[in-house]
Amino acid sequence: MKAESAWPAGGSGADARLKSRSAWLRDVIRDKWLYLMLLPGVAYFIIFKYVPMYGVVMAFQDFKPHLGYADSPWVGLKHFRRFFAEPQFWTLFRNTVILALYNMIFFFPLPIVLALMMNEVRRERFKRFVQTLVYIPHFVSWVVVVGIFYMLLTTENGVLNELLFYLFGEKVAFLLEPEWFRTMIITQSIWKEVGWGTIIFLAALAGVDLQLYEAARIDGAGRWRQLWHITLPAIRSTIIILLILRLGNFLDSGFEHIFLMLTPTNREVGEVFDTYVYVKGLTQAQYSYSAAVGLFKSLVGLILVLGANRLAKKFGEEGVY
Amino acid sequence: MSYDKTLGNRLLDFVIYGVLLVTAILCVIPFLYVLAVSFTDPAEVARGGMILFPKEWSLAAYRYIFSTDTLLRSLLVSVYVTVLGTLINLLFTSLMAYPLAKTYLRGRQTILLGVLFTMLFSGGLIPSYFVVKSLGLTNTLWSLMIPSAISAFNLIVLKNFFQGIPDGLEDSAKIDGCSDLGVLFRIVLPLSMPAMATFALFYAVAHWNQYFNAVLYINDNTKWPVQVLLREIVILAQSRIGDTNIDDAEIQPLTIRMAVIVFATLPILLVYPFLQKHFTKGVLLGSVKG
Repeated sequence: MKAESAWPAGGSGADARLKSRSAWLRDVIRDKWLYLMLLPGVAYFIIFKYVPMYGVVMAFQDFKPHLGYADSPWVGLKHFRRFFAEPQFWTLFRNTVILALYNMIFFFPLPIVLALMMNEVRRERFKRFVQTLVYIPHFVSWVVVVGIFYMLLTTENGVLNELLFYLFGEKVAFLLEPEWFRTMIITQSIWKEVGWGTIIFLAALAGVDLQLYEAARIDGAGRWRQLWHITLPAIRSTIIILLILRLGNFLDSGFEHIFLMLTPTNREVGEVFDTYVYVKGLTQAQYSYSAAVGLFKSLVGLILVLGANRLAKKFGEEGVY
Repeated sequence: MSYDKTLGNRLLDFVIYGVLLVTAILCVIPFLYVLAVSFTDPAEVARGGMILFPKEWSLAAYRYIFSTDTLLRSLLVSVYVTVLGTLINLLFTSLMAYPLAKTYLRGRQTILLGVLFTMLFSGGLIPSYFVVKSLGLTNTLWSLMIPSAISAFNLIVLKNFFQGIPDGLEDSAKIDGCSDLGVLFRIVLPLSMPAMATFALFYAVAHWNQYFNAVLYINDNTKWPVQVLLREIVILAQSRIGDTNIDDAEIQPLTIRMAVIVFATLPILLVYPFLQKHFTKGVLLGSVKG
């Protein structure tokens, strides 16, 4: 069944090409059912992923839905020029980058720390108990997460504010004051995803050869030295891969999450590229302009992930691709 | 891992166990709070404070949210989208993953690269919106299922999983006259139950939790899934649901919001314990090979 149809070894020019083409055809006919099974999936990717990629041509047009891509007038880089000239651009840029940096600094290391701690636990039942509980928030929707935080933090009867009032005699309007916006976004992200983030590190840690620890112990290494010389190197490549993926999504600040948290009072610090695209594009019907903003974001993301991957390879790591 | 029971090590253990315990409690206590408040007498809630066990039980909040069929209808929408959507996900994903697991298939690399590229670059919100719109899916529940039929990441993990199944099993089934489709459904899928259970959970959770696609594509509020309703009630603070004239004065909106949260979360928390064992295995599987 699996006879690999070898490419013709000898022969040259047209003859060989003809032969290989007929080999192709023979294989395709042999595997016709497999191709048929591929069809729905391929159609899905073309329609819902590649057609929108083609659709970004609207960023270079004054797109009118009734005219379509073919007949809408071309305007070149007009929308991009407008976007880069807007003072709004720098606000968006700053908000997006600051949130991403906060994520890198405050969120990214936490699952690693948590996984390392779990790895030190030798009571299996305790470990399983902790794992079961910390995974739960991951499965809850952003609406629920934001909703719960709203109710814990509101100045009317919110538990945390009641506590603050009890302790310090005053309340903090976490939900209204823009300076709390980023802190809340990061806190919510951490609460929802920190436990889930440990899974992949625990998997990497489970693969470490226990003999390495034995050998280190015999050489007189304490727990910290074992951590430094065995455990951390063992998960280094996992950390780097996740860092690359994170870089690739650097500009994705968690759209659904931020969309929920945005209010008229915190727009100044909370508006990011994604929410701007939504507001301009779908609530104000500036299709081409917001498609241009979206394209800018996608391109920067692509460059970031390719760049990060190349960098990782340069430093002798495997990289993602 | 073993080590000496020195004072330092004991102290370290103490700190580690303590931090983990606190983390675990912090992860679930908000849910317990929500649950407790939703069952508490509104008057007790109004007095404030942390309630983890109501002194005065009350079903007022639940009576209120079920006094109209708004919540019930959106729960039904969510159940429908989750069940049908997940079936579509599993069917589409496995149908595509199976041929791609055959290394001898011509054109396989090209298709895989095509899939990978979609993970790196996308057309963005606006062009995608127009695709869904031009297909006439807007304002139908299909818009919540079809545009997310396959997750590229899950597809690739499942493909790797299928590749790990010994060829001999499939070959012998074929000799016995089984078609490719038959091999997939009778041999490969039954062998892949842990993986399928994991994907089913992930896809189902994604469907149950989605609200943005509904905000985007569905104007008709009788077709809103429960998360969108929740957003209206909890975050946009429209504490009245439906148009009944129940006397609001005696109902604390907080308890009502909590009750709606309970319903928007319940199904997940109910299936979670049964699937937890599987998904940890499934995720490990994907991450080790991925």
